[in-house]
Amino acid sequence: MSLPRAMVLAAPGTNRDHDVAFALQLAGADPHITLLEELLANPAVLLRDTQMLVLAGGFSYADALGAGRMWSLAVTHRLGDVLARFVALGRPVIGICNGFQVLTRTGLLPGALGHNESGHFQCEWVRLEAATGKCIWTRDLAPVECPIAHGEGRYVHPDVATLAANGQVALRYQVADGYGNPNGSLADIAGVCDETGVVLGLMPHPENHVVARQHPRHGRGTATGLGLALFQQGVRYAEAMG
Amino acid sequence: MAYEHETGHSARRYLAGGCLLFVRDRTIRAPAGRRFFAVATGSRLTIRTKGPDPRSAGLLADAHALGLGEVTGIDVADVVFFDAKLAPAHRKALEAVFVEPLLQKASWTAPKAGVDTELLPGVTDPVAAAVVLAIRTIGDIPEMTIATGKHYDVHGDLGPDTIATIARRLLANQVIERWAPAPLTPSFVDTHATAEQAVDHVAITTLDDPSLQALDKARGLSMDLAELHAVAAHFRGVGREPTDVELETLAQTWSEHCAHKTFRARITVERGPGAGTEVSPLMQQLRRCTDAIDAPYVRSSFVGNAGILSYVPGVTVAVKAETHNHPSAIEPFGGSNTGVGGVIRDVMGAAHHPIAITDILCFGPTDFPADQLPEGVLHPRLIESGVVAGVADYGNKIGLPTVAGAVLYDPGYLANPLVYAGCIGVAREGDWQLPGPQPGDLVVVMGGRTGRDGLRGATFSSATMDATTGDVAGASVQIGDPITEKLLIDVMRDCIGLYTAVTDCGAGGLSSAVGEMAEGVGADVDVALAPLKYPGLRPWEVWLSEAQERMVFAVAPDQWPAMLAACTRHGVEAVSLGTFTGDGVLRVRSGNLTVLQLDTHFLHDGRPQRSMVAELPTPDRTVTEAPPCDDPTATLLALLAHPNIASKEHIIRRYDHEIRGATVVRPLVGEGRDGHADGVVLAEPADAHGLAIGIGVNPWYGVTDPERMAHAVVDEAIRNVVAVGADPSSVALLDNFSWGDPRRPSTLGELVAAVQGCCDAATAFRAPFVSGKDSLNNEYLGSDGARHAVPPTLVITAVAHHPHADAAVTPDLKAAGDLLVLVGHTAAEFGGSHFAMVSHGVAAGPVPAPDPDAPARYRALHTLLRTGRVRACHDLSEGGLAVALAEMCMSGNLGADIGTLPVADVATALFAESTGRFVCEVAPDDLAWFLHGLGEPAVVLGEVTDAAALQIAGQHLQLDTLRHAFKGGTR
Repeated sequence: MSLPRAMVLAAPGTNRDHDVAFALQLAGADPHITLLEELLANPAVLLRDTQMLVLAGGFSYADALGAGRMWSLAVTHRLGDVLARFVALGRPVIGICNGFQVLTRTGLLPGALGHNESGHFQCEWVRLEAATGKCIWTRDLAPVECPIAHGEGRYVHPDVATLAANGQVALRYQVADGYGNPNGSLADIAGVCDETGVVLGLMPHPENHVVARQHPRHGRGTATGLGLALFQQGVRYAEAMG
Repeated sequence: MAYEHETGHSARRYLAGGCLLFVRDRTIRAPAGRRFFAVATGSRLTIRTKGPDPRSAGLLADAHALGLGEVTGIDVADVVFFDAKLAPAHRKALEAVFVEPLLQKASWTAPKAGVDTELLPGVTDPVAAAVVLAIRTIGDIPEMTIATGKHYDVHGDLGPDTIATIARRLLANQVIERWAPAPLTPSFVDTHATAEQAVDHVAITTLDDPSLQALDKARGLSMDLAELHAVAAHFRGVGREPTDVELETLAQTWSEHCAHKTFRARITVERGPGAGTEVSPLMQQLRRCTDAIDAPYVRSSFVGNAGILSYVPGVTVAVKAETHNHPSAIEPFGGSNTGVGGVIRDVMGAAHHPIAITDILCFGPTDFPADQLPEGVLHPRLIESGVVAGVADYGNKIGLPTVAGAVLYDPGYLANPLVYAGCIGVAREGDWQLPGPQPGDLVVVMGGRTGRDGLRGATFSSATMDATTGDVAGASVQIGDPITEKLLIDVMRDCIGLYTAVTDCGAGGLSSAVGEMAEGVGADVDVALAPLKYPGLRPWEVWLSEAQERMVFAVAPDQWPAMLAACTRHGVEAVSLGTFTGDGVLRVRSGNLTVLQLDTHFLHDGRPQRSMVAELPTPDRTVTEAPPCDDPTATLLALLAHPNIASKEHIIRRYDHEIRGATVVRPLVGEGRDGHADGVVLAEPADAHGLAIGIGVNPWYGVTDPERMAHAVVDEAIRNVVAVGADPSSVALLDNFSWGDPRRPSTLGELVAAVQGCCDAATAFRAPFVSGKDSLNNEYLGSDGARHAVPPTLVITAVAHHPHADAAVTPDLKAAGDLLVLVGHTAAEFGGSHFAMVSHGVAAGPVPAPDPDAPARYRALHTLLRTGRVRACHDLSEGGLAVALAEMCMSGNLGADIGTLPVADVATALFAESTGRFVCEVAPDDLAWFLHGLGEPAVVLGEVTDAAALQIAGQHLQLDTLRHAFKGGTR
């Protein structure tokens, strides 16, 4: 059986496309980095050949006037309904960092991401815990430890209680053992999914902890929480979808 | 308006054409014939944050630090200026793109109070470019020109004068921005400007010496009389006067920045030791030293854009470090931003793929009283925050980890902050060895467009700053555009094999890049073909512009279509400006008008060698009695709290050091991920081996004894890579000198002594220098007439092979019961030490001497470290043994009980900074193995405990107390 084909969408200024492609490869997918302009020139490829879609992290269009604004403009104005149809087919989608910001701007995911409470970019490690059984990416996921690297990652939503009750809070920052909520996100929310549980957006970078050596405590022998599992769940789901 | 702050700059309309195009120009005196636009009738979008804006807290803290205590709050909003009225439907469409209703609210009405700022027309502005692109994407909005800025509401009981002070000193850097009480009348880039495509001839062949010097000053050439004579003689031979373009090109190519005149100079020693003797040119000394070491892993040194190494068959590594000091002094964000961008392009210009960035920053004390600042000097706190933000912006956006670095504070950096940036790249064997331009190859310029950015940056950076520098140097500062450079990296990955030569456009712009590539071959280029950010540039401006994010390639005509296709795919602009000719002549035209015709041999080899005079320093190296230390606990806490030693976490966390997933040993390590690593280790996730990077720097030694300083910082850089487990027999070094004016014999003498120390240390460690850069004239001429030079600041970067990245070693203590062993010799050497700094008035004695046993020790230690059995290893540097132990305890969240000291004298044992030393943690069962393998005596200091305290010399320090000192200053 061939490996599920994953499209890693790269807009001008995304920069973790290679990192996430490596993670997907380890997780058993067949990743291809596709430039946004190439997809826009031939949107049908998404529906025809792609089993899963990844919107990678970075600073698309320099995050001018707010993270993800220009990338989501391109998606909403130039990609037509192709992305919505891909989602309607039930194929898994994940937006990481800048990709998450884009998914909220396009309305595929609820809420929005504002400037970190600190007012500046932060790079540090966090521990994530799965908070819903709904999301196919994070369902039953053991806690993941991985870095954040963003300036606009503070999650806001007008009605967090309903969001949680609806099973759409996919990941929370765990506040324990020296880890915390790094950016002031409401209710420690690190990632949310859509109502189907197939589209996930998250600010942290599990793709940067897919081999044990990438953990800062690797040398202390106390490294845990490989992020690979999250990608493996997405890949297995895509595989099952066929 | 009573205090509308228009600085007489030219206003131009923003050109709404091209791709992501970024415009800047900051010429203070507008050339004749340029049109000015100040538009009061357009639209204005103000985007405010709902609720408190996190950016406000930092602004308020900055205001208070500047002594503006009466300010109670500063709210910030983003502003977009449109030069035409927008229809309501178009306003809605743009709001939908740029305003997030959950977080922000939009207003199309100009505020009547507060402060507005605007980026000066022509300054690189990605936000304006994005709005232009958004207008085009939405489709039915007429194209228009855009400017951007910020709006500030300043709260508190403040008069207009105070608000003006806040605007001037905090909210607007007038090098790139203007401000006015809201509402500001915006200015736009002129999209219809024209420039005379003319060339002026400058009479030089018949001038006498005073007239030559007057010409040099008037045109800002920064040439000396011998060089001016050489130029005059050349053109007498040619039989005509030079054009303005030729003169500027020669000035750039022969500038200190590009030609390293001092490092190539003939130096005679006058007075002091060695008086009357001649010293080999400094660059020659370093090269000879590298040649003598003849290390098998050095593939290329001191040629091209970077040093090139190879540790693993089939793969090469390019290393380079640069300074961007002068620009960072007047526009900290743009200066450090483009410094990072520039050094990344150096690695790209060596045909390598960048993988990591380093930065070493030197600032004045951030608590310096604002009212005592020299005239025209920015407050160190603003310089620090601007420089850090500039490094973070470029590195984070281009997608490279910023991994290794240092931050130093000293009053000597008050007017001259130093910004060193380094870059590491990799390539496959064969991909980087290029044949060079062949006759018939195209001269291709790729990347960002050309504007008036940074005109005369090379000559500017070779000149002394003074109180007016910020006013006149505006055009010499650039703002970077990391996204364009990121796309260039992506394109180059797809273009391997398609070009015969590549170099980056740095100082001197096309004149340097094309001039260098054409050496011996010749080229014919038409500057009228260069894509411009805005019209109206004269030929010399295009030729000399230092617009960022441009690379120049030599491309065979049959490869050009493939290269162009790769550019199109990535959305990068590339054009051919002409051809490499084969006749050895550099010819520059603007259409049919020839503006430059120079023999490339004269351009590159015609500069007369400079003759300089040095007076060597005579440091007192007499070992004296150790100074007294009455209260070791207070001294240790003072050291941990000293800005040079205290935690840099607040800066390091602004940088993405995780991207690429290859940072195995990070700059922050340990149980709480908050201890400083010695060196960093990079290893691709799929590779067993990696690279280690270490930094050595100590200007305080340099003030007293530059020769020993150089030796000590080479040792420190190597120690740092050895401590993480890298192989000491694989080290390559980069040197970066930031110095004062070398025309002062004592300053040049310090440089001569430092190079001597470098060569001695490199030889002792068999660690060759492979690349280097010098930044001289880091002086400030105060309005009082006094000169302020930076302390001699040599930054050494060590790169080494790490054979076993899984077994990389970190300094954090691992397990209670383990033993701590001090490796190396301890002596009463306190010259330039931080102990002397915190114990005011002690007689410090000599700067730490080189340890002849260190090279053998490092090799022995490496064989122990590579087994993975040594649990922790930390090098001893500023603050000595006590600081090192405290750091190991804090980062391991464990205690230590130290029962044995290396020498009886407590001050010496705890705080001396003797070189060549480490503390290692080993399991008790491994002690005999460790000591045997080391092959020299070592001191078993004591053991690791889980008591959460450091016990040493009768002192008992809780970890919390140590942490409070170490991290208390963290902002």
